Amino acid sequence: MVYDAAVIGAGVTGAFIARELSRYQLNVCLLEKEEDVAMGTTKANSAIVHAGYDAKHGTLKSLLNVRGNALMEQVTRELGVPFKRIGSLVLAFNEEDRSVLEQLYQNGIQNKVPGLRLLNAKETVAMEPNVSHRVVGSLYAPTAGITCPYELALGAVENAVQNGVDLKRDCRVLDIRKEKSMEKGQENFVLTTEQGEIRASYVVNAAGVYGEIVSEMVQERSFTIHPRKGEYLLLDKSQGNLVHSVIFQTPTKMGKGVLVTPTVDGNLLTGPTSLDVSEKDDVGTTAEGLEKVRKEAGKSVPELPFRDVITSFVGLRATPDTGDFIIEASGTVKGFLNVVGIESPGLTAAPAIGEYAVDLLKKEGLPLVPRGDFQSVRKPIVRFREQTDEEKQRLIRENPLYGNVICRCETITEGEIVDSIRRPAGARSLDGVKRRTRAGMGRCQGGFCTPRVAAILARELRIPEEKVTKKGKGSELLVEKRGSSC
Amino acid sequence: MLNVDLAVIGGGPAGLAAALEARKNGIEKVLILERDKELGGILQQCIHNGFGLHYFGEELTGPEYAERFVEQVEEQGIPYKCDTMVLHLSRDRTITAINRTDGLMKIKAKAVVLAMGCRERTRGALNIPGSRPAGIYTAGTAQRFVNMDGYLPGRKVVILGSGDIGLIMARRLTLEGAEVRMVCELLPYSGGLNRNIVQCLEDYQIPLKLSHTVTNIFGKERLEGVTVAQVDSSRQPIRETEEYVPCDTLLLSVGLIPENELSREAGVPLDRLTSGPIVKETMETCVEGIFACGNVVHVHDLVDFVTRESITAGRCAAEYIRKQKDAGSVPGEDRKTGGSAQDQNKDVAAEAGCQSDGIQTVASDGIKYVVPQYAGRGEHPEGLKLFFRVDGIYRNVRIAVQCDDHEIYSVRKRKVAPGEMETLTLKPELLGDLNTCSELRVELVSQDK
Repeated sequence: MVYDAAVIGAGVTGAFIARELSRYQLNVCLLEKEEDVAMGTTKANSAIVHAGYDAKHGTLKSLLNVRGNALMEQVTRELGVPFKRIGSLVLAFNEEDRSVLEQLYQNGIQNKVPGLRLLNAKETVAMEPNVSHRVVGSLYAPTAGITCPYELALGAVENAVQNGVDLKRDCRVLDIRKEKSMEKGQENFVLTTEQGEIRASYVVNAAGVYGEIVSEMVQERSFTIHPRKGEYLLLDKSQGNLVHSVIFQTPTKMGKGVLVTPTVDGNLLTGPTSLDVSEKDDVGTTAEGLEKVRKEAGKSVPELPFRDVITSFVGLRATPDTGDFIIEASGTVKGFLNVVGIESPGLTAAPAIGEYAVDLLKKEGLPLVPRGDFQSVRKPIVRFREQTDEEKQRLIRENPLYGNVICRCETITEGEIVDSIRRPAGARSLDGVKRRTRAGMGRCQGGFCTPRVAAILARELRIPEEKVTKKGKGSELLVEKRGSSC
Repeated sequence: MLNVDLAVIGGGPAGLAAALEARKNGIEKVLILERDKELGGILQQCIHNGFGLHYFGEELTGPEYAERFVEQVEEQGIPYKCDTMVLHLSRDRTITAINRTDGLMKIKAKAVVLAMGCRERTRGALNIPGSRPAGIYTAGTAQRFVNMDGYLPGRKVVILGSGDIGLIMARRLTLEGAEVRMVCELLPYSGGLNRNIVQCLEDYQIPLKLSHTVTNIFGKERLEGVTVAQVDSSRQPIRETEEYVPCDTLLLSVGLIPENELSREAGVPLDRLTSGPIVKETMETCVEGIFACGNVVHVHDLVDFVTRESITAGRCAAEYIRKQKDAGSVPGEDRKTGGSAQDQNKDVAAEAGCQSDGIQTVASDGIKYVVPQYAGRGEHPEGLKLFFRVDGIYRNVRIAVQCDDHEIYSVRKRKVAPGEMETLTLKPELLGDLNTCSELRVELVSQDK
């Protein structure tokens, strides 16, 4: 068969394009090289829904940022994903910073960002008592917020799958060529993948840091995407109240600097560093990087308790050489759409990018006939710990698996873990379960629940426990089954 | 609402001993809540021997040690619920717990014993840089895989940290056919028991690299190797000494942290030095009717001492319940549970309460912490037992206890180390004039490090 459209890359960008396409009477496939969705840039970033004052007025970034921010409430409600509009502050520590804030403010006004206000030092400290008292002023953006990036992507993918999109994981695209279509009497693409050949009339390149590689499979290089590494530290929930909004420093040309923010799950996040790297899978943290985060974050919030760090991680931004998102149909190869260079504010923009990209496909000739049965709502995994006592009681009555706590730090039950495996685009690895349920994300970082989650995965996937992986093939947790010790 | 006299949270060695002792002291309605599928706690996966030398005068395995208490619990008919997770504890001693068969339960207890034990420190807490492949486990997780589930987690192993579980796992994995390349310890001395260094490393020719740490982690899917480097006196890696060690498994045995999330929710004041509740010598916390014992209070090296401490907790909890009954009041009924912000202030108030009825013990020169943190001002017919750890290795020292500036006790030690918990007992006659004391200071004198 020939798909109407193939989307390459199931990060948050590809996820929203696939979801948007699933509104129409189309056969769509979503191809992901990793064992799970949201494994690249989407997995590790600041999780901020930006207000939109930062992106230069007139760029695609500025347009899609503000539109994405405005869509976020509805989208997260439909997809059952956490989102909190907690506002943000950009801190200025000297007059030079303050003039940058003034420019950001003016830029934001042009971008039509609602509610922006320049605050003086006193107002800033009144709003966030734990920020450095060296602050001389700040830019307050009430529409900024926080979400969970991989949950947002997962929500969009699950919803797309619910609406008929074929998700293929472990399906790296190796080559793309054109052929005369047997069925339709016109040209279509043939994608050579790890799972054989896949045919599609339209191809969307949403391959993140691999975007230039995929693009080069069909056309001359017209841009470069290089990975820019950012290191983060995540602190325990006991510190989640240290600040109540997203605290930025005045931006430089390397990015928005090190921020300090609560997460939707109540932890405190700080980072990122910003370092251009050559490897597209260089996700190792470094002693220098983490030290830099500590030092820089301390400028904003001096009393950060780094002994409460529970984990550190690296994210790679897909930084384009053009300075703006590259969302355009190929000038030379009909039916091929690049959606690349989606660095910050890509997470915020994702729902708007979905709309924008599908609109471009329409202009390229993809017929969009709405489906009558599109389901916009995705039912999320129940968060047992957030339920009332009565609701908990009801859940356990209906399914006793909810009465069995597997991850004790985050109070994640067996019911939630089984749901995360069985649902559409379900988890197939320890990390997959972790991203969907938070099992293993707490202060003991999986020390307690790892053997238990592994056993549930083995049972649900009907595989031997020694085949259970952390994050796909090659990452098996155990090397050998011994004789039973009992 | 289920009403009990004593609720014990945790069915490991601490909880079992406390429950049994309370029953021996006449408390009928005791309930043990255990989150695992059986009683015994972490002892069930400690299949090596060396348990019970102090308490039973014989050498037992972990499960054997646990079994002695589990059998008594069965004989005494003390009710317990396994596979049961306590979700919340409030200051008025109302417990919210769930399991598959009872659903969500509210349990109101006249007294509570906290016996939740401890958890292992993780890589995150250490901030070891590098990638995030499979094959990095805390020593206890690996122990569970090997001893409970019957799986080998890896073949070439580096162990970071020379805590007791790490040492035990070095031997265990060697016996299972894995190659343990080395045990690295950041400090210039091991945090484990000396007997474990001898029996688990030296006997198997496993190198113990003191003043060494893991500086980087390599491997995308599964761990492929780590770099190990010597550290200087300020514990910073010396780059020139960095060495790449191929391995598929890294075990972390870098310390244990008392598990006090429930205590915190109940507004129980904690000691920053131990990370456990501040306790009086009765093992009562600063919140009336809530007692604590075992690793939830401070991390022990030997279960035998956990048992002794827990017996005290059980006995004193029983006494507390009896007194309340005699007085005809139901403790805590008049109190309301507050929100978390209020609870924080209550913490402070509760600690002030501890302070006003007791003499504070203080860890002074060379001492890391002292438990209990408060001693009652009244009579001490059985004397006062203090548990403490030193903060480094010292030889030929005198450990002294000062009542304000007046030395009331001292003992000589040939060698003391942070890895071995120390204990001393102040006899009743020494405590005669404690009432005049504002603090009891434990310190090291005439040290030669």
